[in-house]
Order: sequence, then C-alpha cells, then structure tokens
Amino acid sequence: MSDYLKLAVLGLVTVFAAMGANYGLDVAYKVHAWIIMAVAGGTFLWQLRRTGEPAVPVPTGEYMDGPVRAAAIATAFWGIVGFLAGVFIAFQLAFPALNFDWAQGYANFGRLRPLHTSAVIFAFGGNALIAASFYIVQRTSAVRMWGGGLSWFVFWGYQLFIVLAATGYLMGSTQGQEYAEPEWYVDLWLTVVWVAFLLVYLGTILKRKEPHIYVANWFLLSFIVTVALLHVVNNLSIPVSIWGSRSVQVFSGVQNAMTQWWYGHNAVGFFLTAGFLGMMYYFIPKQAERPVYSYKLSIIHFWALIFLYIWAGPHHLHYTALPDWASTLGMVFSIILWMPSWGGMINGLMTLQGAWDKLRTDPILRMMVTSLAFYGMSTFEGPMMSIRAVNSLSHYTDWTIGHVHSGALGWNGMITFGMLYYLFPKLWHVKLYSLRAVSWHFWLATVGIVLYAASMWVTGIMEGLMWREVDAQGFLVNSFADTVEAKFPMYVVRGLGGIMFLSGALIMAWNLWMTVRSAGNKPASDLVPAE
Amino acid sequence: MTDQNNPSNLQPDDPDTTGHTWDGIQEFNNPLPRWWLWCFYLTIIWGVAYTVLYPAWPGISGATAGILGYSTRAEVSEEIERFDALNADLRTQLTEVELASVNREDSPELYNFALQAGSATFANWCSQCHGAGAAGVQAAGYPNLLDDDWLWGGTLEEIQATIAHGIRNEEDPDTRWSEMTAFEGILSDEEISHVVNHVLSISGQEADATLASAGDGVFLDNCAACHGDAGMGDRFLGAPNLTDAIWLYGGSAEAIEETVRHSRFGVMPGWSGRLSEAEVNATALYVHSLGGGE
Repeated sequence: MSDYLKLAVLGLVTVFAAMGANYGLDVAYKVHAWIIMAVAGGTFLWQLRRTGEPAVPVPTGEYMDGPVRAAAIATAFWGIVGFLAGVFIAFQLAFPALNFDWAQGYANFGRLRPLHTSAVIFAFGGNALIAASFYIVQRTSAVRMWGGGLSWFVFWGYQLFIVLAATGYLMGSTQGQEYAEPEWYVDLWLTVVWVAFLLVYLGTILKRKEPHIYVANWFLLSFIVTVALLHVVNNLSIPVSIWGSRSVQVFSGVQNAMTQWWYGHNAVGFFLTAGFLGMMYYFIPKQAERPVYSYKLSIIHFWALIFLYIWAGPHHLHYTALPDWASTLGMVFSIILWMPSWGGMINGLMTLQGAWDKLRTDPILRMMVTSLAFYGMSTFEGPMMSIRAVNSLSHYTDWTIGHVHSGALGWNGMITFGMLYYLFPKLWHVKLYSLRAVSWHFWLATVGIVLYAASMWVTGIMEGLMWREVDAQGFLVNSFADTVEAKFPMYVVRGLGGIMFLSGALIMAWNLWMTVRSAGNKPASDLVPAE
Repeated sequence: MTDQNNPSNLQPDDPDTTGHTWDGIQEFNNPLPRWWLWCFYLTIIWGVAYTVLYPAWPGISGATAGILGYSTRAEVSEEIERFDALNADLRTQLTEVELASVNREDSPELYNFALQAGSATFANWCSQCHGAGAAGVQAAGYPNLLDDDWLWGGTLEEIQATIAHGIRNEEDPDTRWSEMTAFEGILSDEEISHVVNHVLSISGQEADATLASAGDGVFLDNCAACHGDAGMGDRFLGAPNLTDAIWLYGGSAEAIEETVRHSRFGVMPGWSGRLSEAEVNATALYVHSLGGGE
C-alpha cells in the first residue's frame, strides 16, 4: 500500500516539475525544476522496480550504519568543496582579477561567497551532524534506528537540498537572508527533510533500551528542534509566483533584521555549537577511553547554554536601527553565555584527566583536544565582541571573519576531522590506513588556522582603527580604498592559511579513501548488544 | 545496559561515577568547578546591574531608559556637535569668502582647514572614480586632477562649479553639458579612418601621412566646430585638446576610432545638496591645490 502511495507522490512531483521546467519564470527555477524532475522521475522508476517484490528482511539485530557511512563520506566530500570555494574567494579578495569577466554573474565573489558559507556550514557541518546523530543515537540508545528507510530519505533529501541551494546561488537565486539564502521552495523541501530527521531521531530515543538519555543526545536533540524553529520563522516569505524563484519576506525593516540575526546567531548557537557539543560528548570519551568529567556540569551548562543562546542575536545589530534596549539585552545575554559555553570545553578537556599521555601518541585525540581549545577561544572572543564598545571597533571588519573562522575551522573542523578518523575504521571494521597522515593533517590544519585567525585579527583591528580615525578637526583621515589597500598583505597570508587547511583535508580524504579500500567488500554493520 | 562495569576505563584514584553507562561511556559525579560557578554568578550579577544602568527592559509602550541615561544616538550626535561647534566659524567663512582670496599667506587657518576638509571629502566621495591620489583612471574616462589639462576649466570658480553641479548631470539644470556626435553612419568607414589618422598625426603619434592629409577636410567639416581648427579643444564645450598626449579614453588608433564612431558621454554627479556648501568649496580648494590649478 505505502509503495503505491510513494509512486503516486513521486509521479505527481515529476509531472509538476516538468510543468515548472516549462513555465518557469527565471533560469534558477527552470534548472531546479529539471533537477527535481530528474530526481523524482529516477526515484519513481527505482520504486516501481521494487514494488510487488518480496520484502527484504530487516536485520533488526544490527545497527543501521548505511546512512552513517554515506553521511561520513558526504562530510569529507562537501568539506573539500567548501574549503576549495573558501580558498578561491579568499584569493578573489586579494586579487580581484580572479573575478573573471567570462564568469561574471556565476563565479564572481558575490555568487561564490554564499556558496562557500553554505557548503561549509550546511553541507560539511550538516552531514557531519547527520552522521554523528545517527551513529550516536543508536549506540547510546542500544537500538537500531527507528523509521526503516526514513533515515536514507533524510540523507538523500539533505543532499538534494545542498545541490538546489548551491546551484541556486550560482544562478543568483537568493532571498538575501545571510545563511538562509535559498528561496522558498528549497526552504520548504528542507523543512520536510528536517521533520523526517526529527522523527528518526526522536523515534530512536523513544525506543531506547538505556534507562537514561545520554548527554550527547540532549545536545543533538536541542540542535534538531531549534534549527527547525529557526528555519521556519526566518524563512517566512510569500512567493511572487508559484512558477518563479522570487519571494518576498514577511517581515520588513528592522523586524526583518532582528529575525535574521536571531536566526543567524542561533545557527551558530544550535547548529555549530550545540550540535557539535553533542558530537564532542560522545567521541572524546570514546577516543580518550575515559568517563566524562562531570555529569553535574554537563546538565547545568546544557540548560544554561540553550536558554541563554536564543537571546543573544541582537548583538549583531549594535548601533543600527535596532532600539538600544534590545541591543543591551543581546549584549548582556552574550556575556552571561560565556561560562555556559566554557562548560563544554571544561567537561571535554577534563575528561582527559588520567589520559593526557595519549596526546603524545594519538593524533586523533590531539585533534579533538585542539578543537576544544579553539572552541574555548572563540566562545571567549564572541562575548567580548558583543560588548557595545568593542563591537563599535570590530563590527563590519575582518575581525568578525577571523572570529568566525577560528570557531569554524578550529572547533567545527577539527572535531569533525577527529570524528571521521574515529568513525571510518569503526564503520568499515578496519584499522585507519595511516596515523602519520593524520599527524600531517593535524599540523597543516593547525598552522593554517593560526595564519588565518592571526591575519584577520591584524587586518580587522587595523581596518576598524582606520575607519574611525579622525583628525583634530573631525575629518576622516582615510578613504575606504586606503583600508582595502592596507589589508592586501594580510589577505595573502589568509589565503595561504586556507591553502594549508585545504591541503590537510585532502590528505584526510586520501587517508579515508585508502582506509575504506582496505576493507574490501560491503562492510558488515555492528550488532545491537543484547539486553 | 551495556558494559555496566567496564573496568578498563576506570583508574584506581577515580572519583565515583553516576552509575550509568552508554556504549561504554560513564560519567563521573564530580561537582561543578568552583571557579566556573563563581564566574557564572559574577556575569549574572554584572548582567543584572548593567540592565539597570542602561536601556534594557521592554514594557508595553517603551523600555526602561537606564539610570545613566545612555543612548547610542546621543553618543554619536554629541561627537558630531562637538566638531560642528569647533569648526562653526571656519565653515561660515568658507561659504562667505571669495574662494580665490583664500591662500596660505593671507588666511593660513582657513586655508589649512579647507585643505583638510577638502581632502577628507575627496577621499570619501571622489576617490572612487578619481583615485585616492586624484590621478584618475587613464583611458577609462576618469580625469586626472593632478595635471594642468582641464576639460571644463581649472580656475577655482570653474572647479567649484564642476563639483557643485556635476558634468552631464541630468538632475541639475546648472550642470555642464555637451554631447559629442557619434559619427558612425554619418561618416563613411573611409572618412572615419582618415579622420582617425588626422587625429593621430596632430597628437604627434605615428600615422599614415596620406590618410591623415585626406582627413584634414573631414576634421574641419565635422570636428573643428567644437575641437577647434587646430584640434586644441574648447573648454566652454568641454571639448578636449586633441594635440597633447593626455587622453581621457585612450589615444590608440582603436580607441580614437571607437570615440569617433560611438562618441563618449562621461557623467559626474553634482554634489551640492549631498555635501554642504562649505564642503564643496573646501573640495574645490583642495583639488585646485593638487598641482594643476589655474
């Protein structure tokens, strides 16, 4: 029965997409209609061939690791795509001639910048979080994933979202909300996928065999629930036409700005912080083979973090049309957030008590610990930059870019690399191909991040000081072009840092590839432990 | 329950665990680190105090103003007012004075003020086209302001008029206006090649002598009305001098042919209205001082 329902839905989507490809009002919409038609049509045929065949018995005694493997591979793949885009646009800023005339309107900085941010946050980070969620929730609940093939739908549906978002950016389809650029139909699709993600996750938690829910799952669940809320509210918009990609935001003016930065800041808070803390709470104790330092700390910092983070968004809008009272509250909540953020770092680092010697021999653990160091640094820097007086210097400068990257490359990147090095051998039941290559990756990435962050601090603070510099009579001393010229050397250093980080990731991809190759045929899945 | 008693993860001096195990992971029952807890309390106390001092808590129709009476808008306008008060006299003088009489010897204070104001205004509003050093962008239609070659005149009053009203600026009836004819279709291809060679030769560049002399008549009939019989230009019409080595859109045969065929139409916005009169005058003095002022 459900097979026929699937066929009907897929058929309808295919036909509708074919109409869209014909009636589409703009290029992006038409291309997307073609992509959707191909995907829905292909899935229709695949489903048709399976319909009426005898059902393959579900191996209920095994964990469902297929989607985890797929998401782990996708993490490495999209990571490299995102880093490459980042390195290229870094050099576009240093050498504007790289905005090639023949690629104007497709590969100039303005089109590639959202491609880079979305590729690293949502494609790389998102797949890492899907892999982590699916792996962790099964292990710590001691049951097979709930929902049958629904987790595969989450994985493939999310990849389709990434492809639609990325191709849309290149063709100029954007609603102009930072980190939420995709247009209305892509947003609707992500909503469907995300609800399926929530169902799979909750379903697995609900049928768990462990009496208590492990701390990693609190963080991952808060990430999934809050991102759903953020996504829906910040993307409230009315399509201009059902046959076109343009839409109009429901909120306007300062309300729109406030909604956007409530979303934007909590994308950092719940996607890049809470989600990755969930990852940290599983993989660090596993890799260090030590118990988590303090249950009390984990529970207090969890509730403090998720309660406080949601209010911190207005610090992105100091000295704007936003009323002063909202800006004050955003700043105050950001400062109070400092200790709850550090709670995760302390709990992670102190978990190594009694295992510090492993840092000498285990580059994977070293990566995870370094990620916590960068996490601690950027969660101190963040509250500091939210202070109005500091923000008046740092806002709109490269300091922000440096801050974001010490968090994204250092914290999100390093903990994800550590997770992938842990996961691949576990998922394919082999030893990691080369630990020496992990060491190389570690040093390339670490030095790369230091070059990136340091150069952006220098140029950011310099630029901020140059912008505000006035002479004794109150006249501005520098033109904007003067600041751009002064930043050039640091832009080159930043690009070199990016190249090092990318090289490390390429070494990782090779290492993981060789690891999987050494596994030979189709890998077996781990068995669910008996009661 | 899995691996309930996993001794490999525990060491002899370890504190108590909570007793739960997930996939082999246990949790110690350690208390909250004291320093962490006290820092957390301190930030909360600081936060509450800050919201009493500064505008913070929203009500139905407004928000608490904070006992310090702080506002970001007031902070900015105080700073602006301070400089406005400081410069009020000099600003007034700049709008009332005969510009040509402002110079280093007779009115050093006003002159220096004007150069400072002018260079800041130039850096913010003019450098986007004319370059931070005012050298323009050669061959792209943005004139160099450092030399003594002026399209519309280089006296203080003329520069002031250009800045205030712009060039070919449709929004200002007092703007300077002229429009070169696009000769494609009016002149034959042959005549165009003649006149291009003529222009090359009068500007001292290498040209085909036969073609150039054939272009003499074409030039006199079609170009001389604005550029003059000798091609020396006419500032009243903004018609450039064609006999020197300075070219606004390039002096190669290709660039000149492009100009003859399709004409050029450089536009500069007018700044009166966007800038104060004092700022326009200061900028005129600044540009005049760059080297080419007449």
